[in-house]
Amino acid sequence: MTLDLGFLLGQFLAALASASALFLVASGLSIIFGVTRIVNFAHGSFYMLGAYLGYTITEALPTGVLGFWGGTLVAALAVGVIGAAIEIVVLRRIYRSPELFQLVATFAIVLIIQDATLYVWGPVERLGPRAPGLDGAVQILGEYVPEYDLALIAIGPVVLGLIWLVFHRTRWGVLVRAATEDREMVGALGVNQSWLFTTVFFLGSALAGLGGALQVPRESVSLLMDLNIIAEVFVVVVIGGMGSVLGAYVAALLIALFNAFGILILPEISLAVPFIVMAVVLIARPWGLFGRPESGEHQQALSEEPLRPLGLARRAAILAGVAGLAGLAFLGGRYGVVLATDIVIVSLFAASLHFMMGLGGMASFGHAAYFGISAYAAAFLATYAGLSMLPAMLLAPVAAMLAAAFFGWFCVRSTGVYLAMLTLAAAQIVWSVVFQASEITGGDDGILGVWPDKWAKSREVYFLLTLAIGAMALVTLQRIAHAPFGYVLRAARDNRLRAEAVGVDTRNHQWAAFVVSGVFAGIAGVLFVFAKGSIFPDELAIPRSFDALLMVLLGGVQSVFGPLLGAASFTYVRDEISRLEYWRFIFGILIILVVILAPDGIAGGLQRLWRWIAARAGFRRVTPDKAEGA
Amino acid sequence: MAAAAAAMLGATALGTGALAEEPIKVGELNSYTRMAAFTDPYKKGWELALEEINAAGGVRGRPLEVISRDDDGKPADAVRIAEELVSEDEVVLLWGTFLSNIGLAVADFAAQREVLFVAAEPLSDAVTMEKGNPYTFRLRPSTGMQARMLAEVAAKLPAKRWATVAPNYAYGQDAVAKFKTALTALRPDVEFVGEQWPGLFKIDAAATVRALDAVEPEAIYNVTFGGDLAKFVREGQLRGLFKGRDVVSLLTGEPEYLLPLGAEAPEGWIVTGYPVEDLGDDPNHKPFLEAYQAKWGELPQLGSIVGYVTLKAVAAAIEKAESLETEDLVAAMENLTFDSPVGPVTFRDIDNQATLGAWVGRTALKDGRGVMVDWSYADGADYMASPEEVAATRPAE
Amino acid sequence: MSTTPADGPVLEVSGLSKSFGGNHAVREVSFALGASELLALIGPNGAGKTTCFNMLNGQLRPDRGRVVFCGRDITGMRPREAWRLGLGRTFQITATFPSMTVIENVQIALISHERKSYELFSAARRQGRAEAEALLDRVGMAGAADRHCAELAYGDLKRLELAVALANRPRLLLMDEPTAGMAPAARVELMALAARIVAEEGVSILFTEHDMDVVFRHAHRILVLNRGEIIAEGSAEAIRADARVREVYLGGGTQEPGAEEARPHA
Repeated sequence: MTLDLGFLLGQFLAALASASALFLVASGLSIIFGVTRIVNFAHGSFYMLGAYLGYTITEALPTGVLGFWGGTLVAALAVGVIGAAIEIVVLRRIYRSPELFQLVATFAIVLIIQDATLYVWGPVERLGPRAPGLDGAVQILGEYVPEYDLALIAIGPVVLGLIWLVFHRTRWGVLVRAATEDREMVGALGVNQSWLFTTVFFLGSALAGLGGALQVPRESVSLLMDLNIIAEVFVVVVIGGMGSVLGAYVAALLIALFNAFGILILPEISLAVPFIVMAVVLIARPWGLFGRPESGEHQQALSEEPLRPLGLARRAAILAGVAGLAGLAFLGGRYGVVLATDIVIVSLFAASLHFMMGLGGMASFGHAAYFGISAYAAAFLATYAGLSMLPAMLLAPVAAMLAAAFFGWFCVRSTGVYLAMLTLAAAQIVWSVVFQASEITGGDDGILGVWPDKWAKSREVYFLLTLAIGAMALVTLQRIAHAPFGYVLRAARDNRLRAEAVGVDTRNHQWAAFVVSGVFAGIAGVLFVFAKGSIFPDELAIPRSFDALLMVLLGGVQSVFGPLLGAASFTYVRDEISRLEYWRFIFGILIILVVILAPDGIAGGLQRLWRWIAARAGFRRVTPDKAEGA
Repeated sequence: MAAAAAAMLGATALGTGALAEEPIKVGELNSYTRMAAFTDPYKKGWELALEEINAAGGVRGRPLEVISRDDDGKPADAVRIAEELVSEDEVVLLWGTFLSNIGLAVADFAAQREVLFVAAEPLSDAVTMEKGNPYTFRLRPSTGMQARMLAEVAAKLPAKRWATVAPNYAYGQDAVAKFKTALTALRPDVEFVGEQWPGLFKIDAAATVRALDAVEPEAIYNVTFGGDLAKFVREGQLRGLFKGRDVVSLLTGEPEYLLPLGAEAPEGWIVTGYPVEDLGDDPNHKPFLEAYQAKWGELPQLGSIVGYVTLKAVAAAIEKAESLETEDLVAAMENLTFDSPVGPVTFRDIDNQATLGAWVGRTALKDGRGVMVDWSYADGADYMASPEEVAATRPAE
Repeated sequence: MSTTPADGPVLEVSGLSKSFGGNHAVREVSFALGASELLALIGPNGAGKTTCFNMLNGQLRPDRGRVVFCGRDITGMRPREAWRLGLGRTFQITATFPSMTVIENVQIALISHERKSYELFSAARRQGRAEAEALLDRVGMAGAADRHCAELAYGDLKRLELAVALANRPRLLLMDEPTAGMAPAARVELMALAARIVAEEGVSILFTEHDMDVVFRHAHRILVLNRGEIIAEGSAEAIRADARVREVYLGGGTQEPGAEEARPHA
């Protein structure tokens, strides 16, 4: 390999161009988060929309320099308008919901935009024209450098400069910065908050749209663009420090350089590079390069009800749930059994996430790692070590426990969204190792033939086994929640300072909760692998983690039944509608309806509905319950 | 409840063919949203076949019904849907799939649940070799077969220093390994001087192109496809990667991947693909071509052939089978020969691989889009694994 | 907890200093606190009282100086370790566990005190219930045991904090503005309770306070802090008469003793 100066320069310039593209999208996300504190997963969708609109508009306009750049700008503005509209129609209604609940809505928007794009542009990817006037390459030190790359290299810092000007030279910009520093202050300044949020959404989305439109000359426009970029953009924003635009630029540069030079040294780890960089940065600087600690106070605006031991009504509800599952399994035809088995497994997985999230106050974006590690461990034990099913089931969660202990140790050193991003990094690193180590794990061919022992081979027997193990695990989780450990964990979540002041090592308790949560996710994982007979890297990838997150949030973080309700309805409804052609669109709309109608999750919504009915019917509650939903 | 009980009994009732007018249901699954570029023409292909089959009186005197599902590009979802097709929809067999890992997963499911599975597109050799099972048959020529077709042409090139680029997943790894083996067998003097493994649909094209350029190969073997291919071609041309170098590229001649490149389609690459514009005079191909254009108003792509031929094979097997029980269907598939737009195709019984071939040629530009020239049809039968190899690799039945 | 000579000071602070970015928040603060003493730390806003407190229980690491608690150097020790040695505190802005009931708040402290916080399977509800009830009774909250903490009135929260702080039978309590935001009658009541605890249980209390009535009525001894330095120390009479104190509160234009109204609290 010739590593002369020209070559290194060429690689450096390529990295700079990639960094610009990444920065445009990341800066928008960072600004949106800084002001609204919304973790906007739809940002990748805005980027994709920008690309499609850029493609269509530049095709429609007369070819030429003006047509291309004009079309690109129009596309960016159009995406800005779409973003602002989404803010007004959906997000504005849920700013008062619990932390991260908005994330569910943005995830629904991802689904809706996916199918809307599919409907408008069709499934086939589009290759746009090269940029007029910039369609060649120039030679620098003997290296070909595309002219368009040079333009991109310039655009990044120019946009950075423009944002800086807007932020420092306009009243609006000053407000945005003030809101980023301290959200409470905006209210105190007497600013119209909705107006500020809408305009911020406009700017952030327009930047994503610009990033997408500028990508048209570099790659074909496809439906995969949204999910392909979103993880990396989050990495950039987190490394830079959420809310910091300069940080986003520096981080984009860092990631692009690691990508460009990492590929030369170790081509195999290209998948994990950004996540490794993020993990290292966050361990050294828990709030990113340019970020500040979150002012923890606003997160504690919980008015959660105390955990009560299960009363008669709730016991009855549990029995009804179990009976419903059994009914589905044995009366719903052969597929009913399969669906009921899935629901039990997914409920346990969601409950395990709820344990660390609801009780421990630690949201995880990478919980699938422990589900998957345990499933793989069981698959190894069953195939390589030749263990029979039950011993494999018993041993495999130990692997999840060890992994959770290892990664959890790093994660609990951070808090809030940063902690969540560390869990994501951990999961992505695990995923890329599993994906890459195809000699052992089969790569994305997965491990096949992990079927139950003969006695449990029938779907019905396996369902009963799953139900028994799942119910035992759920009861155990409940017990732990009501044990001293669960109480102290909630105390640490409620008020870390207070807990430390009564002798509680809060970090250690969170770490232990992380491990407990990992073990139960692992139990769900082993049940899963024998139910499906196979395991693939998908099971530890981001979508699986997000499914669980959605179930917990949709169900209701503040209720122990939340995750179970969320898991059951999520699995059942998705299964029912996924036969329809544009089911993602429908699913997204359904999620948004839940989000708006029941901002405290399905559990909270049902509770309120029940109270409403009870009040109507003239029942009187024995003890007045003042804590209406959040 | 009565309905549920009836549904449970349904499978056996259908199996004995009690109702003459009751359609025979087959379950199809594929990555319709994830791999839309390929599966869209594929679906048009099988819908044409379905129309033809039912217009000609269906199968066994009953209409054929295809229950088609999207597997979302995820193997676990595919297994769940396969389960649903078998247990809820009570289909008599499964067919379809695109990605190799999904094909393998459904194949494993088929073996476990003892149901016939006809894999349409998944190319991994493992489907019929290392992980082959009696219930799984495959239509398209495997990666290994196509790599051998390409290696035959590549061996005639003067190039000795080769570099490879392939998406970083099982299919890419398999395709590179098979090509290396095949080329080295024909040309022991070649050496492989570099390899790049961009993530599937996550290629950093500039970096990949430059890394390939840095090892100064005389020829490049490419396995990327879809959006990765478009980025790779654009960056490679801008940066002069392909100047004075031979490029051998798997699947790139398929219209699904060639047409989106438009006028930027590379010229002179040695590819496998589908020279559809030249096949109008082929007597075998002509009826299909005309019917397809009449129904859809466009030229078929390779996926169209795959969809069309797979459903024809499925129908032929159902027609030939003694009953709709799995054992009889499997028995019917073994050595099944049926007519297709490329002439008769046979499912070989030793490895359940069909003899469908592929077109090998060079890419060229015509009227601002990529086409295949200097092509020839390589009959799959000539490139299949030897019986000894099958015996050594395929698990004993 | 640790043993100390009965007559030795409970807390000995010497040369405690802390600056933030060149700003001397606390400078060379030294004082001692005896057993069963109720010591007030007063001073105008920004005098460094809370900074001082935060260094005493380890929330903040001092730049210089030593904190000796019952004969043991606890400088830079973590709050939870200091708590284990018998040093409890309440916060200026009330700190409770808002998702829990009143008695559960106390039980948390008891669980922690008995080192049972890692128990996974016993029922927390029964953990130290009787003891927690006794503590609530002590602060006059027995009737509110099962109420949701989030619905308590401000004064009740302050009393709950006191109950929580007493759970590990501390030798020393640091109370940061215990009566801030309370009605005058409630202030007197709470401080009377604190004084009773000092008298009956041998606990020492160091508290900061803005309400000079409260200070002069209950404190055994008073320390006056201004701009990070102790400018006076002595009995209520002595402090009232101290010229420098009068200057700080009246002449210096900073604050009149007792004039400041409590700020609204979150």
